[in-house]
Amino acid sequence: MALASSRQPAPKSRWSLTPRAREGITGWLFALPWILGFIVFTLGPMLFAGYASFTRYNITTPPNWVGTENYERLFRDDRFYTGLGNTLWMVAVKVPIVIVLALVIAMLLNIELPGSRFFRSVFYMPNVLSGAPAVFLWLWMLSPTGLINNFLGLFGIQGPAWWSNANWTKPGLVVMGTWWIGGNILILLAGLKGIPNDLYEAASIDGASGWTRFRFITLPMLSPTIFFQVVTGIIGTFQIFTTAYLITSSSSTGTSSGESLANGGPGQSLLFYVLYLYNRAFGKQGIGFQMGYGSAMAWILFIIILAVTLVQLWLAKRWVHYETEGK
Amino acid sequence: MATIIEQQPTIAPALEGTVKEERLQVPRKPMSPGKIVAFIVLSGMSFLFIVPFVWMLSTSLKGFNDLAGSNWIPNPVTWDNYLNAFGYGMWGRWAMNSITITAFSVFGTVLSTSIIAYSFARLRWPGRDQVFALVLATMMLPGVVTMIPQYILFSKLPAFGFMGSQTWVNTFLPLIVPAFTGNAFYIFLLRQFMRGIPMELSEAARIDGASELRIWWSIVMPLTKPALAAVAIFTFQFVWEDFQGPLLYLPSEKNYTLQIALRFFEASAGGAPAWNYMMAASLVVMLPVLIIFIIFQRYFIEGVTLTGMGGR
Repeated sequence: MALASSRQPAPKSRWSLTPRAREGITGWLFALPWILGFIVFTLGPMLFAGYASFTRYNITTPPNWVGTENYERLFRDDRFYTGLGNTLWMVAVKVPIVIVLALVIAMLLNIELPGSRFFRSVFYMPNVLSGAPAVFLWLWMLSPTGLINNFLGLFGIQGPAWWSNANWTKPGLVVMGTWWIGGNILILLAGLKGIPNDLYEAASIDGASGWTRFRFITLPMLSPTIFFQVVTGIIGTFQIFTTAYLITSSSSTGTSSGESLANGGPGQSLLFYVLYLYNRAFGKQGIGFQMGYGSAMAWILFIIILAVTLVQLWLAKRWVHYETEGK
Repeated sequence: MATIIEQQPTIAPALEGTVKEERLQVPRKPMSPGKIVAFIVLSGMSFLFIVPFVWMLSTSLKGFNDLAGSNWIPNPVTWDNYLNAFGYGMWGRWAMNSITITAFSVFGTVLSTSIIAYSFARLRWPGRDQVFALVLATMMLPGVVTMIPQYILFSKLPAFGFMGSQTWVNTFLPLIVPAFTGNAFYIFLLRQFMRGIPMELSEAARIDGASELRIWWSIVMPLTKPALAAVAIFTFQFVWEDFQGPLLYLPSEKNYTLQIALRFFEASAGGAPAWNYMMAASLVVMLPVLIIFIIFQRYFIEGVTLTGMGGR
C-alpha cells in the first residue's frame, strides 16, 4: 500500500510475458466459467437437440436415426397446432393489455404526487411473488366461490366458471397476468422520466393539447422502451409453462388431474406450446419420453421466436424513434 | 488500498439517481384538481393490487364453514389451519431443500457473474467483444429450447451415489452447478456498472503490484456492492420460486422444494382443494421473498430499471 507509485511494473522472473499478454490470459481465465457453461449447458445441448430431433430417442436406449419423421408427424399433429394457437392467443391478447395498462399507471406515477414511492412499491410487489403460491392464490381468487365471482355477484352478474369452462380459462390467465405488470410499470416510468421536460414546455407554448403532447412527444420518445417490452413480452408469453402446468394439474379444472394435465385443461384450452412439449418429453400419460419429438418441438419454437424477433426488429424501423442527433 | 477507495466516495452513484431525485422535491403546493383525480385513481388501483394479499390472509384463517362466504373477517379466526397444513408431510425437510439450493445458487451466481463481468469490463483480451456479443445473444434465447437436452445431459452425468443417486437427476447438482457459470443478464448489469469505476484505480493498484484477482476482490467488488445486492436479491427470488427446474430434476418426495411440495400438497387433497389450508401453506412459502422485498425494495426497484427485466 505504501509503495511508491513511480516504480515500473517490473516483469517477474517467473513470467517472461509482457503485461499485455498477462492481461489477455487473465481475461480469458476470468471469463472461462461463462464460456465453459455456455458450451456445456447451452451450445452443446442445443446442437444435441438438433441431432436428437432426427431420431427416435427415449433416453434409456441409444437414439435411432429416423430422418425427418418427427417433423413430418409434428406438422400433422393436431395438438401441435392447438398448442401454437393457444400460445398465439395469449401473445395477441395479453401482451398489448399488459403494456397499455402499465403505461397508464406509469404516466400517473410520473405526475408528482404525495406517496408516489409507496404506490410504486405496491405495484411492484406482486412481481416478487411468482411460482406455485401465486398461482394457487389466483386459482382460488377465480374459483366459482372466489373473490372475483363474489364481487361480480354484488352487481347481479353470474361469474363464469373460470377454470373449468374452456372459453374462460385463457381470459382467466389474462386477468391473472394484469397483477404482474409492476416490472413493466417501473421500466416505462424510467423511460418517462428520461424525456426532457423542455420538449413538453416548448409544445405547451405552441399550444399543444394534452393528447397532442402524448401522441407526438411521449409515444415517440417512449417507443424504444415499448418496443423492448413487446419483444420480451412475446418471448416470455411463448414460454408459459408453470402456470399452465399448475392449473391443468389442479382439481380446479374439474377433471382428474393427470388426465387434465395431459390434455391441457378443459377442451385443451390451456394446452400451450411448452406444456405440450413437456408432456411429450416428460409426461407420464403414455405419450411421454419422446425426446426426439420434443427436441423437434424445441427447435421449431426457437425458430419461431427468432423469426418473431427479427420481424419485430424490421417493423421497429417504421415506428420506433431513436434519438440520434448530437451523439 | 482502503485509502484509495475512501477518497472516491462518489464513484458508484449509478444506482442512487432514481430515488434521490424525488427527495429533492420542492415544498408542497396545493394539489390541482387534475392531480387530485390522479391521486384517487392511483389509490384505487393500488388498493386492487393489495386485495389479493389480504384475501389470501383472510382465507388462510377461515374455517371450512366460512370458506364460501365473502366476509373479510374470518368467523371464527382459525389459527389451527397453519398447524393442520404443516402437520402433514415433510415440510421441514422441504424447507431445508429450498434453503440449500437457494443459498448455493445465490453464492455461485454472485461470485461467478462478478468475476466474469470484471473480465468483460476491465480487462483487454483477444476475442472479448465477440464473446460478449454471444453473452448478449443468450439473453434472447428461450430457456425451454435447452430444457430437453439439458435433462438428457444431467441424466447421463454420474453422481457416484451423491444424495443416493447414480446420476445428477434427483440431486441438487443440476440446479446449483449452472449458477457457477454466470447468468447473462447479471453479467451485463455488472459489466455496465464496473465500467463506471475509473480505470485509474486499477492502474494504480497494478503499479503497486496487485494481481487482477486482488484488484477484483479488494477494489472492484466493494465498489459494486449495490449492483451485487440486486443480483443476489433477484437470484434469491428466482431460485426460491423456480418450479420448472425442481419439477424436472427432483422427482423423489424427499428432495422436493417448497414449490413442488405445495403442488404435491394440493394434489394429495384428492377432490377440491382445502383452500384455507392451501392459502396458509402458500402464504408461508412466499413469506421469505415478501420479507426480503419489504426490507430491500430499493434494490429490487432499481435493479429492474437497470436490467430492464420487466417480465417475471
